[in-house]
Amino acid sequence: MRAGTFWLIVIAVGFAFIVVSRLYLTNEYFYFAGYVVLEYIVLSTAWNILGGYTGYTNFGTGAFFATGAYSSAVLHKLPALLHTTFDWTIPPIPLPVMILVGGLISGAMGLGTGYLTLRLRGVFFAIATLALSIVVQTLIVNWDFVGGSRGIYVIRPAHAPLGSSYIQYLFTLMTVLAVAAVGIARSIEGSRLGLGLATIRDDELAAEASGVPTLRLKLIATTISGGLMGMAGAPLPYYVTYLDPTSSFNLSYAVNSVAMPVIGGMTSWIGPVLGAILLGTIQQVATVTISSALNLLIVGVLLILFVIIAPNGIVGLVRSWRRRKEV
Amino acid sequence: MPGEIGDTLLEVTGLGKRFGGFVALDGIDLTIARGERLGLIGPNGSGKSTLVNCLCGTLHNELGTIVFDGKPLNGLIAHQRTRLGLARSFQLPKPFHSMDLVDNIRIPLLYTVNARPGHHLTAAAITERCMELLRDVGLADKARRRPRDLTQVEMRSLELARAVATQPTLLFADEAMAGLSHSEVEEILAVLMRLNEQGITIVLIEHIMSAVMSFSTRLVVLVAGHKIADGLPQEAIRNPEVERAYLGE
Amino acid sequence: MLVSLDLLVNAIVAGILLGGFYAAVSVGVTISFGMLDIANIAQPAFILLGCYAAYLTNLYFGLDPILTGILMTPAFFVLGMAVYRLYYYAFERRGDQAIQGLAFFFGLLFVGEVSLVLIFGVDYRFVEASYIGPSIHLGWVDLPLRMLLPCVFSLLMVGLLQLYLTRSFIGRAILAVSQDGLALQLMAASPTKIKQIAVGISIATCAVAGSFLIIIQPVEPSIGRDYIGRIFAICVLGGMTSFPGMLIAAMLLGVVESITATFYGPSWAPAVSFGFLLVALAVRPAGLMGR
Repeated sequence: MRAGTFWLIVIAVGFAFIVVSRLYLTNEYFYFAGYVVLEYIVLSTAWNILGGYTGYTNFGTGAFFATGAYSSAVLHKLPALLHTTFDWTIPPIPLPVMILVGGLISGAMGLGTGYLTLRLRGVFFAIATLALSIVVQTLIVNWDFVGGSRGIYVIRPAHAPLGSSYIQYLFTLMTVLAVAAVGIARSIEGSRLGLGLATIRDDELAAEASGVPTLRLKLIATTISGGLMGMAGAPLPYYVTYLDPTSSFNLSYAVNSVAMPVIGGMTSWIGPVLGAILLGTIQQVATVTISSALNLLIVGVLLILFVIIAPNGIVGLVRSWRRRKEV
Repeated sequence: MPGEIGDTLLEVTGLGKRFGGFVALDGIDLTIARGERLGLIGPNGSGKSTLVNCLCGTLHNELGTIVFDGKPLNGLIAHQRTRLGLARSFQLPKPFHSMDLVDNIRIPLLYTVNARPGHHLTAAAITERCMELLRDVGLADKARRRPRDLTQVEMRSLELARAVATQPTLLFADEAMAGLSHSEVEEILAVLMRLNEQGITIVLIEHIMSAVMSFSTRLVVLVAGHKIADGLPQEAIRNPEVERAYLGE
Repeated sequence: MLVSLDLLVNAIVAGILLGGFYAAVSVGVTISFGMLDIANIAQPAFILLGCYAAYLTNLYFGLDPILTGILMTPAFFVLGMAVYRLYYYAFERRGDQAIQGLAFFFGLLFVGEVSLVLIFGVDYRFVEASYIGPSIHLGWVDLPLRMLLPCVFSLLMVGLLQLYLTRSFIGRAILAVSQDGLALQLMAASPTKIKQIAVGISIATCAVAGSFLIIIQPVEPSIGRDYIGRIFAICVLGGMTSFPGMLIAAMLLGVVESITATFYGPSWAPAVSFGFLLVALAVRPAGLMGR
């Protein structure tokens, strides 16, 4: 299937999804829960571009995600700040603009981290991303403008565009992001870039010897991955209405964005989507019945089990089952 | 002119490489002329592969200069050197496991040949060229298989094919024949001879003396990071230091 | 002026004491990652395990934490060997991509932290011992015993390990494996058995390091994350395989963190270790006393 055809299909699916839910689903809870699952589709797809396609593990999803969230918080407070400091009046910044800005800043952060660490082995990049999470969290905790450790309250605008409730609007935006993420991932897969990333994953030295500019490709992957994660985080302040470091850097983002692609399957765009829908839905249901800590424990244990027993995830299991049927 | 020996292609001066306290290469001077067939021999650990790695950019040499085709290589990363025309096969084959053989060959075509200024191959032309290269090394019937389905010999052939795909001016064949049978060695030698006739300068790094002696127009001997002989194969072999290195005192 | 000098000197002294402790925390990773290339990012989880073990014995039996740490080393050693066994069976044997091994340890780190939260909750836990509280005063320099004792014992532990690695047969085998596993195999010694012992030792140090940690400060499950940056920064900056290098790096980190905390506030401390990590990665591969 050509990339163009795929984009058309996934856009159509996304559009249909939005329309159908608007027409038939009136339960607000669906939108709240659905937003989280869609958020995870974006996060795990983004993670997989660097993880599954390129072979570089990012443990600091929280850093990129929260950067997107906090850049929105800053933009949210910007009009008031400009008014009191310079007596300028600018309209409130629309959320789509915040999403783009969040993506740009997170993408730049990905580029910067990558530039510093991607010339070394993948292990050091992974460790650096772990530390990055802590550092960004420390910076935000010490930054009073966004509330520091006390957090910040964000009031949703009274009117949502598209004439629906605000949460439906957020849901729609996140669906658009999910469509974009999946489309980008699939385009990369079938492209020259995707083939190059695969060689980096398979054997970086041989890739260089074959003429692949490995550092440049790794930086591209890191920037796209980080940027998408930032975009996923940008609407968060309006979703939770109370943004604080503890919840936005919540470990669940870090572990889920690793577990979902691993469990779903890292070699294609299907795996992260599958993992996100499966694990995301289960967790949304389970959070009502069991504690969130126990919930996360189960995700962590599943991650370990899959990585040992079924390293190619569900997609891998299906493939080898089909191959065995052919024999 | 194909098959004939011409001007200087590679000029190495005073190349030195250390790993911590261990000196792997010490003051290596080497000149390779266009069209040559250079044999590079030496005991295990003498630094042959380290030398190849330094020349190709996989490792960074602290001392010395390398000039290839008039261009200084110091500071250039491996993929840049490949694009200039230096190619190598790895001693232990390093295929791309997640893709089939055609895609393995496609990579150097996409990223080296198409990255050079000038003609760009279309997608169809690239696939055709992949099949051609696989046919040359006898792997055409396994084109859609993965590297894990190949025998050791076939992986070596793939390794060579992938290096040749970059359309190199200078090719380092690093122990491409280790563990092969006599007839298999002859096959690889024939491939390399053919490449040389097409104008590619070849450096053969080997332990199989019969192959090196019959193939090379010149022989370089490396022992413990030093070059101890450099000349016509028959003469270099009779060098007393070489005899000592191989036969002991 | 005199006041800030006093503050500075005390900050430096505290930093050195902290650095000694950081050496104990990092020595395990120097062995498993620096020497054997096993990126055990779950090390903080094992250290926390050591903390809570000391906490429990102190709470229910009134046992001295350092004693607990030492007594727990055999159990942690066995645990370490089991972890390596699993790692070898699942990843090293298959020669798989590094990403799965990393995900495995990340999973362990994560499961460790969440399990501790489930069992002990997020409240800070601390131990009680006679030396927590009093300090030795040398002029205007304060040496809190709760920092001095862990520092001294840490240096002792690192020194003993250094002796073991350089003098004993198994220790030297570990060093040999770290340099060339293939050569060892050709000598008919089994690298996997040696690696198993090495990882066992590496985790065993966590029993002791954990007991030191809970003496120095109250602990709760999430502080493990702060230590990842520190541990790997120290290991890398110390040259990966060198114990003396690691010691110097640990002291350096301790002093810089201490000064930062004293003059800019403790909430900036985690950023310091990250800065160190970046510097370490930029200065690589030689480190301070590298191979």
